[in-house]
Amino acid sequence: MSIRLENVSFRYLEDTPMETDALTDVSLEIEDGEFVGIIGPTGSGKSTLIQHFNGLLLPTSGKVWVDGVDLTAKGTQLRLIRQKVGMVFQYPEHQLFGETILEDVGFGPRNGGLPEAEVVERVRRALAYVGLDFEELKDQSPFELSGGQKRRVAIAGVLAMEPSVLILDEPTAGLDPKGREEILDEICTIHKERGITVILVSHSMEDVARLADRLIVMHRGRVALDGTPVEVFRQADTLKSLGLGLPQVTELMHELKAKGLAVNTDILTVEAAEEEIVRVMGGQR
Amino acid sequence: MKGQPLIRFSNVNFTYAKTQTRDGWQALKDVNLEIYEHEFVAVLGRNGSGKSTLAKHVNALLTPSSGQVLVAGLDTSIPEHVWEIRQKVGMVFQNPDNQLVATTVEEDVAFGPENLGIPSAEIHRRVTEALEAVGMLQYRLHPPHRLSGGQKQRVAIAGIVSMRPKCIVLDEPTAMLDPAGRQEVMQTIHRLNKEEGITVLHITHHMDEVIGADRVLVMDQGRIVLEGTPREVFSQAELLRELHLDVPQITDLGQRLRKRGLAVPQGILTVNEMVMHLCPSD
Repeated sequence: MSIRLENVSFRYLEDTPMETDALTDVSLEIEDGEFVGIIGPTGSGKSTLIQHFNGLLLPTSGKVWVDGVDLTAKGTQLRLIRQKVGMVFQYPEHQLFGETILEDVGFGPRNGGLPEAEVVERVRRALAYVGLDFEELKDQSPFELSGGQKRRVAIAGVLAMEPSVLILDEPTAGLDPKGREEILDEICTIHKERGITVILVSHSMEDVARLADRLIVMHRGRVALDGTPVEVFRQADTLKSLGLGLPQVTELMHELKAKGLAVNTDILTVEAAEEEIVRVMGGQR
Repeated sequence: MKGQPLIRFSNVNFTYAKTQTRDGWQALKDVNLEIYEHEFVAVLGRNGSGKSTLAKHVNALLTPSSGQVLVAGLDTSIPEHVWEIRQKVGMVFQNPDNQLVATTVEEDVAFGPENLGIPSAEIHRRVTEALEAVGMLQYRLHPPHRLSGGQKQRVAIAGIVSMRPKCIVLDEPTAMLDPAGRQEVMQTIHRLNKEEGITVLHITHHMDEVIGADRVLVMDQGRIVLEGTPREVFSQAELLRELHLDVPQITDLGQRLRKRGLAVPQGILTVNEMVMHLCPSD
């Protein structure tokens, strides 16, 4: 299921003194099954952009198509689009409300009119994807869980809708390193096993470098860079001028190269850096 | 650095009382700790390890179930001391939006000294100094809710600085900030520590934020399980992973290269250090 934006501009509080251009002339297409990372400084338009992907915001000018449906056309059922494009907001655990985990995670499908047996089945699957046990947790209150588990339950609530596209806005903010790693691993598994499109907004260059197959860099409401992680992180100077950095290991490779070491700088992970440095330095010793 | 510790925990235990929905649990177990004036101490630990409970003991928001916490010689369990302790130790919390109370930045920063009954000329001077110390003086007439997250946290810090504390305790002050905001706040804290001599207790689970600390404490299940300089602590990558923590990418890489036989020392913390060791000086 593809998402296509054509010359999209969005203005907050149009025709008031507080009018702000949040997106300017954005055109892009996200294909079925991609894993896209969206990065950019605060205020660059990341959140505004993702809210156009499921019609929470409609462009001031320009067009948005989701799965071939024009969201700006009259009579478009945005509700149907939102069932296909699931959105996990920042700190999603603040939106938990159910008395039990079954009630909370099952809210979407139940509201959509699915029979209870199917709702239960979906809750079971959704919880499994985020590493939680249905039998153990279904009757518990979500509010008694630890922070990381609450976050998972909230994500499961979106997964229970079985969306074709999963959008996550900073899903690991505030978690400890292990919790961050676990949630990201789970998102990767969902992407691989269910083949759904994943769109991840993140401040961590290390995470997006490792996970995404495409990066979109936002700056002042425009797409500043769009390409594979290797292509994007080659633009070290541009990224720096936008106030963004490189993954630590990529930065190291650039520094080593500047010192005259013949290393490949297209390195995005610790493992790859290890092999590359051993390859180059091993011969020197 | 030695002498009398500013803060001393002796055999501190703390148990949260049972509530309707949750059994009681012991959040601090036999904690012994001394923090000296002008030190910058970072506390690491997974979610639920007891970091915040520890922090709240330093300014008597919580008091020990058993054991003793002394702040500048004052016992936090004695109610008559609490007022004085809170003037010596200020706290900054995670969510910047929950800490700002006034309609302009300067009123917000003046709130603390006003409560202390300080004369207004003196308050004015303190507010100016405090805003200068966090680099926010040009925003003094701005409404706080229009600031960025990093700026809000700096205003919250200024609100503490205006009380002229000996120590600032920061409980994950950067958790909700973007990288630029985190950097602003970290630079501000380090400057206050170096230039104003304020003792800092910084609680975080961002590994890169402890690199500049004098000392790092690692907590797990209510105990201090590891303590040392950042280099010493990050040399224990295996143990840190077991504790649900991590080491910075560059430290991880250093360790892998050592195992592969390259001459890289333990506990490398920055890209520059690594470059120095791999390309020794020209």
